[in-house]
Amino acid sequence: MIFVEDKEIVIPGDILADEEYNSGRGTFKENDNVCSSLVGLVAIRDKKISVIPLQSKYIPKRGDVVIGEVTDIRFSMWNLDINSPYSGFLPASDVFGKEKRELNRTFDIGDVLFLRVVDVDEVKKVKLGLKGRGLGKFRGGILINITPTKVPRLIGKKGSMINMIKDETRCEVIVGQNGVVWVKGDPAMERVAEKVINMIEEQAHTSGLTDRVRDMLAKLLGREPESSEDSEEDSEDESEDFELEESGSEETNEDEGINSNEG
Amino acid sequence: MIIIITNTNLSTGTETSGRANERAFDALRNIKIEAGVLERADGSAYLEMGGNKVLAAVYGPRELFVRRLMQPNKAVLRCKYNMAPFSVDDRKRPGPDRRSVEISKIASEALTPAVFVEKFPRSTIDVYIEVLEAEGGTRCAGITAASVALADAGIPMRDMVVACAAGKSDGKVILDLSEVEDKEGEADLPIAMMPRTGDITLLQMDGHLTEEEFGQALDLAINGCKIINEEQKKAIKNRYGD
Repeated sequence: MIFVEDKEIVIPGDILADEEYNSGRGTFKENDNVCSSLVGLVAIRDKKISVIPLQSKYIPKRGDVVIGEVTDIRFSMWNLDINSPYSGFLPASDVFGKEKRELNRTFDIGDVLFLRVVDVDEVKKVKLGLKGRGLGKFRGGILINITPTKVPRLIGKKGSMINMIKDETRCEVIVGQNGVVWVKGDPAMERVAEKVINMIEEQAHTSGLTDRVRDMLAKLLGREPESSEDSEEDSEDESEDFELEESGSEETNEDEGINSNEG
Repeated sequence: MIIIITNTNLSTGTETSGRANERAFDALRNIKIEAGVLERADGSAYLEMGGNKVLAAVYGPRELFVRRLMQPNKAVLRCKYNMAPFSVDDRKRPGPDRRSVEISKIASEALTPAVFVEKFPRSTIDVYIEVLEAEGGTRCAGITAASVALADAGIPMRDMVVACAAGKSDGKVILDLSEVEDKEGEADLPIAMMPRTGDITLLQMDGHLTEEEFGQALDLAINGCKIINEEQKKAIKNRYGD
């Protein structure tokens, strides 16, 4: 027996289904019932029920690409704020190899870096690394924080949403999986991108978002809104997003992040 | 974003016979909850119940810098209850006092069993309860609002926590005591519970009740909690335009 519909908003403690169903992410089992542990949207796939959170904090995972800000310089490492309950550290050996150099000449407090999570140990120490394509320090640009669970929505199906923003505003956009977005371009365009990204975050749980984003971009850029011809495509978009969330296919996002850097 | 209702029918403090506004013995005061009112907090809620106006904010889970409080296997839920100096008739001296330290402690203990603290080891969840206006039963209002704020912050929970008081005033067992009824009454029994499971996470009592009266009061309070829980649910769903 199931007590909720797909994409319904549930709150913590809501009973979603009985023992026929398996509990997925955002749910837990109690007395043969599957209950929600979050405020979010129900996602039913076969016999598995999950709840996609509408609000969350980033929990570091090995292999993720994140954007962090240097908060402290120690003897042989940098400490970084990665918008998470756990701060990260970047060992100096990762940047210099065996060479000894002054750390603050390379990265100073307040610098924003694009990094990869190399390892998360038992005591939740987050080791970061700079090895990889496109990783390194950002120069200029602005930072926007969004809820990490909405990152797949911002990227869209195969990067459709993020590419639209990039093409329309002619900004460089990089999305870290910790929900930090870096935008660089013409200052006026940066502001347009910021507005659009904040709108996406606010309305991530609604459908038909791609069209509204297109309209908003057109309006902010002072052009006539185009007729929205592919509304069907958008509904597909959404189901794709849910899949992204559920299976946690980091690969897709990761590639997105790096590709964005090139573009 | 916050719309403050000016309460025109506050009790005058003179009625001792019968309840103010001809409230039935098992009736709650008017209640209004709004979720997500603060921009900078991870989760927030504003609650009005009769003459009470309470704001709750949740930050976290975030890094815990106080090493000696850190728990290797779970998050710590820290609560801070504070009354604004203008929240009561005679100006309250600002800052923590014995009463607010106690309520901070019981609020965190009432909320912790509902939260999956084990999902965020070595971190903290900070809950701030600010009482803007007080008219009896602020600890219950605070816990109710804090629970909405926790849900709004996206913190995984077993269930919502909802609090409500019952008591005895003027020889009658009644629900949701106002300030006058609390001060002039015989007993006050605030409880907090998880409505789905029925687990009680807070039970305090001051004053005297017979065993029978205690049972009646507890039943009343549990029913009150269930009504308030519906308002909590509505508040969260309204936030997302449902």
